[in-house]
Amino acid sequence: MALKKDFVKFDKVDKSYDGKVLVVKDLQLDIEEGEFVTMLGPSGSGKTTCLMMLAGFETPTNGEIYLDGKAISSIPPHKRGIGMVFQNYALFPHMTVYENLAFPLRVRKIPKDEADKKIDKALSMVSLQGFASRMPGQLSGGQQQRVAVARSLVFDPQLVLMDEPLGALDKNLRESMQYEIKHIHENIGVTVVYVTHDQSEALTMSNRIAVFNDGKVQQLSSPDELYEKPVNSFVAEFIGENNTFVGEVSDISGGKCKVKIANTDILANPISVKGKGEKTKISLRPERALINPSDKMDNIHSGKIEEVIYHGDHTRVRINLLGNNQFILKVPNSSANLDIKLGKDIKIGWNSEDARALDPS
Amino acid sequence: MSSETKQILTTDGIPLEVSLKKAERKNKIKAFLLVAPLLLFLIITYVFPIGDMLFRSVDDKMVTQMLPKTFKAMENWDGQELPDEKVFAAFHEDFIKLVEDKREGKLSTQLNYTKNGFKSIIKKLRRKSKSFEEGNYKEQIMSVHKRWADVEYWRAIQRRAPEFTGQKYLKGMDMYVNEEGKIVSVEEDRRIHRVLWLRTLEIAFFVTVFCFLMAYPIAHLLATLPMKYSNLLMICVLLPFWTSLLVRTASWMILLQQQGIVNDFFVGIGLVADDNRPEMMYNKTGSYVAMTQILLPFMVLPLYSVMKTISPSLMRAGKSLGGTPFVAFWKVYFPLTIPGIGAGCLLVFILAIGYYITPALVGGASGTLISNQIAFHMKSTLDWSFASAMGLMLLSGVLVIYWLYNKLVGIDNIKLG
Repeated sequence: MALKKDFVKFDKVDKSYDGKVLVVKDLQLDIEEGEFVTMLGPSGSGKTTCLMMLAGFETPTNGEIYLDGKAISSIPPHKRGIGMVFQNYALFPHMTVYENLAFPLRVRKIPKDEADKKIDKALSMVSLQGFASRMPGQLSGGQQQRVAVARSLVFDPQLVLMDEPLGALDKNLRESMQYEIKHIHENIGVTVVYVTHDQSEALTMSNRIAVFNDGKVQQLSSPDELYEKPVNSFVAEFIGENNTFVGEVSDISGGKCKVKIANTDILANPISVKGKGEKTKISLRPERALINPSDKMDNIHSGKIEEVIYHGDHTRVRINLLGNNQFILKVPNSSANLDIKLGKDIKIGWNSEDARALDPS
Repeated sequence: MSSETKQILTTDGIPLEVSLKKAERKNKIKAFLLVAPLLLFLIITYVFPIGDMLFRSVDDKMVTQMLPKTFKAMENWDGQELPDEKVFAAFHEDFIKLVEDKREGKLSTQLNYTKNGFKSIIKKLRRKSKSFEEGNYKEQIMSVHKRWADVEYWRAIQRRAPEFTGQKYLKGMDMYVNEEGKIVSVEEDRRIHRVLWLRTLEIAFFVTVFCFLMAYPIAHLLATLPMKYSNLLMICVLLPFWTSLLVRTASWMILLQQQGIVNDFFVGIGLVADDNRPEMMYNKTGSYVAMTQILLPFMVLPLYSVMKTISPSLMRAGKSLGGTPFVAFWKVYFPLTIPGIGAGCLLVFILAIGYYITPALVGGASGTLISNQIAFHMKSTLDWSFASAMGLMLLSGVLVIYWLYNKLVGIDNIKLG
């Protein structure tokens, strides 16, 4: 069976809690079957509200959500058959791990021997065999997390929602759980909608990422595209590190544009500017600007080193460049780069292709 | 590294262990001194009174001390026939002494508790004893009144010989020791206490049930409403706490009486006829209504404090896993509130079982509880030892309930907040 392109579909969905402010505005989002889609955004951007509408705990004010072709707004949560992992796991504290996993099977009246097989399978999937008789309170945070994942998958749902499931774990555990969840997803091919405000988590795990801000999806694309080709300045600044210049377009021709910044023109890649005289914000990733540039680069400027921070494998260098004293460079620690000293003037170059001229906001 | 443990010394050569213990001892003494006032207060106001109550309920020294020689002489009496001259002579000697001290009245009261009919014959004996001649007291005493020649009355005196007695406890259960020394129940029409005990349990039980049924939704609402509304509701729940118990009970009297507001309302909407107003006060109904209202906060508060800690995502998890709202409530939410239910029920039941003012005011004859009977003996009959005995029976009843609860639910599961 071919995978459905719009397995989950948000069709012009609005949501308002108080009738005054829309927390989700005209949301249009299609999720493919078997995909791992992350909703990423700052808190208050409407991503959790979207998840709650999908799970059935909130109803859209306007528009409709479709799951596998069916409109689900009028279906109560317990009939949607969607697995969910909650922020604080929401394991039932008075039940053992076994009983927690058996809960969704029991309410579906699945015979006991079949249920036991499913529970065994789910527990082995998160490598927690032998923990069935423990109470959730006797488990560590990471183990509870795995039980929550196992519970959301044990009844073979087609769609699993995860609401910042790793937020309460420490950094190392979080990273290993990211891979674990990713692998589970790859192995069983379930569709996952994941909510987080942690961009590295989103970049690591997802097939596609929907960046939310102000109740809208700013960009929906794969992690690499999101990082390399942000479509607006919010996405550029939200994902990864970013150097910005604010200026005015002075010329635009042949897929390049000239932007006037502090009496100097720099060449940039026009993404959302159309004509002369427009205000723009140029976004440039720190690792795309090089010291000791080759002559092939079409932007070469010099600036003064204001700060040097040693980071082990690389050094972060803050430079005052074209009136922007927050310009960051990431310099690999190789023997060629030993002459970086505070207060020195240094030449920096980049390709105009990597300097994306975006909207000015 | 060697694995043997070497004694660690402090800089002045004392073993560290000893030094640590010494430092800790100081802290322990400090901590004890801090709690000492409370401990003392508890001992004085709680342990002593209960100990005294226990003692008073079994203490029967009064008669023993009033008739010391009589009881000494009675030691060899088998209780079958009338006692011999020695006993009568000893009784006469004790009695003359009591008359001199003007304490024979007390003796007659005490003996009358044991057997009716002592009051008049002791009065008569006092009058006649002034003209008694020395010797042959048996003849002389027996001639005062025919009851003095009845072996039953002498047996009644003998039964008061021990310094301690459990008869007050038996009386509290409507039982007594009969002439043959067997424990039997009193005649059917004179049993009052058993009815009261049963009624106390019944009212306490149903008040607990009513409180639970009403408090559960309120507590749930309190725990789930947004702060600004829940605070207001909390004040409404707590308002009764800030009003005098007497005022609250009195207001129920205004509401529930036959010409009261509730009855007027029922007549007004045509529910009952004007000449057939139901009695809602001075009976069990009055006790139920008023006690349920007054004890409600004691159920709401523990339930609320437990429900407050239950994350709303648990119910959501239950629903998202496929449970209907009812299943999610019954399998997930309800079991988690059991510690609060236990605490609330235990609290309300124990308070209800010893409730006094409210049933006394609105309970009437059929709505009074055992505590009202205790108060009656404290204030009216002045039979303090009986009141103490019943008080202790009530206390041990509460302890039994506590023990049962611990067996069934486990006291560690209790949660007051």
